[in-house]
Amino acid sequence: MQEIREALNKKAKFGEDLDLRVYGRKAKKRSRVSELSRIPHDILKSAYETGIREKERAGSFFQIDHSAMLSKVNEKFEGQVEVMTVKDALKKYPWLRDYYWKAVDVTADKYTARAELEFDDGYFFRILKGAKVTFPLQSCLFIAQRNFNQNVHNIIIAEENSKAQIITGCTLHQGVERALHIGISEFFIRKNAKLTFTMIHRWNDNADVRPRTVALVDDNATFASNYILLNPVRSLQMYPAVFCNGKNSVARLNSIIHATRNTNVDIGSKIVLNGENSRGEVVSRVIGRDSSGVIARGMLEGNVKTGKAHLECRGLLLSDNAYIHSIPELIGRKEGVDLSHEAAVGKIADKEINYLRARGLNEEEATALIVRGFLDVRIMGLPEKIEDEIRKLVDATTKEAM
Amino acid sequence: MLEVKDLHVRVEGKEILKGVSLKIPKGETHVMFGPNGSGKTTLMLAIAGFPGYDVTSGRILLDKKDITNLEINERAKLGLGIAFQNPPEIRGIKLGGMLKICSGKNPKDGFNESEMNLIRRFNLADFLDRDVNLGFSGGERKRAELLQLMFQKPKLLLLDEPDSGVDIESLKRIGEEIQSYVAKTRNSAFVITHQGYILDYLNAKRACVMVDGQIHCSGRPKSILEKIVKSGYRKCVKCRKFEKP
Repeated sequence: MQEIREALNKKAKFGEDLDLRVYGRKAKKRSRVSELSRIPHDILKSAYETGIREKERAGSFFQIDHSAMLSKVNEKFEGQVEVMTVKDALKKYPWLRDYYWKAVDVTADKYTARAELEFDDGYFFRILKGAKVTFPLQSCLFIAQRNFNQNVHNIIIAEENSKAQIITGCTLHQGVERALHIGISEFFIRKNAKLTFTMIHRWNDNADVRPRTVALVDDNATFASNYILLNPVRSLQMYPAVFCNGKNSVARLNSIIHATRNTNVDIGSKIVLNGENSRGEVVSRVIGRDSSGVIARGMLEGNVKTGKAHLECRGLLLSDNAYIHSIPELIGRKEGVDLSHEAAVGKIADKEINYLRARGLNEEEATALIVRGFLDVRIMGLPEKIEDEIRKLVDATTKEAM
Repeated sequence: MLEVKDLHVRVEGKEILKGVSLKIPKGETHVMFGPNGSGKTTLMLAIAGFPGYDVTSGRILLDKKDITNLEINERAKLGLGIAFQNPPEIRGIKLGGMLKICSGKNPKDGFNESEMNLIRRFNLADFLDRDVNLGFSGGERKRAELLQLMFQKPKLLLLDEPDSGVDIESLKRIGEEIQSYVAKTRNSAFVITHQGYILDYLNAKRACVMVDGQIHCSGRPKSILEKIVKSGYRKCVKCRKFEKP
């Protein structure tokens, strides 16, 4: 405990150092509901913008400020998945203590320490052994209270031979002035399991965001993580890490970042190859507009001869006042390991614009189309329906920004 | 249809076209020969209205309308359609999407049966969902370029070396499609060709030879090509023979 308290003064390695005293901890207590439709209408409407749906989901979790309001498994999926608040799950399953803070280090920095000392619940998703879950699970973490600091801690276990999708949206009331979201997420992907996790963030110019995510991947298992940030945020720093510990384990980390206004983000993706024949792939697409600043980090670490990973980071700069700083890093520690990267930061090629103009589009239409194409949702390899939903979000936001 | 009058064009400060005049009447196919770097592509891009191709004097008329100062997309809307020698690869924009842009279709609409038949004739049905030109072979690019124009339905096809780097089958397909488009629609085509292979499929009315930014002779395509093959472009520069159409 002492160690955790001390960590409260520990600056994070990257990103603006935030003074935690600035944010409030008091928010209205909200009682549990049994249906998504019972969530206050205006809040639900905002949640839709992050991919939350009332239909075609295997289960849902919804938290507003510190109150976990809904955790529910769709009838059809009972016996395949469990959805609980982490607080409930820790009570029900003593063994869950073996997972809590096992992937993420609680003393990593002031944000992890804060998340433990001022714990506001979070979701526990458990995909049961052998379950092939056809609809996605969903969660929404919402800040409604102005100046609130929300600290959630999520645990996701994909048991052996299971297969599932998770869509999660983190957002706030657009009117909220200053807010801090700290989100701890620990993923355990067991043998032969496959989990695709898609996270959509929708903040505002006053929000600070510090997610801390680690995934552990066992033999023959695959973890794919998709991250989407389309709207402004005051500051956001994260560096999720995936440890491919099992043989033939696979990690894929994709992100689509559309930085506008004064957005200031430092976003990395890290894959560590420990397992024999493990594979990793990082793909990111960054658009920089207005006065935004984006640091796009990538780290591939190969600790095994037969490991192979590739990192691709493309940035498109659409303003003289914006910057994109791409920092790809490769660390090889065993002979035979195969790590590579390609990074590019540039503007839209005139040649591409003129090509489209020669087919009848005007310059604005051509630019919009290229930007849309650049933020290509297909890189995420999602099922068609979810891909369509996310493409619609991307299209709507980029159209608005033009 | 198209009339180019004494056109002078500068590219990056250097005069590339030094007084080019030509006329392409409605329903006719004309071809242009010329060595590398002679200004053929510059002429085509200047006609299409590309930025960076500065017309310092002269005029370009389409259906008697002066288009010299119009934007590329305005010229496209008036009926110019260009197939590029080296089209760019654009990530995230599919060939299918390009075809819809060309024909002004709603991006959400599918292709109807006759459109699908056209796409199949070009052997590009499997390419609709691929990023345009990305990883396309030489022949696939040329077919994709022409297919886009078939959707755009321009009054004048501007084709920059549609026959270079393509296999025999693609060449035949491309040649026949150009010919059938011109014959059916009574629109016109202006084709740059190096080797003249495509002439076997086109009912081309006239040819001209561009050397060093000027047109040096013109006449029947086959006889001009024979002369070039026999004596090279140098002879054209000397001969300066302009056969009456």
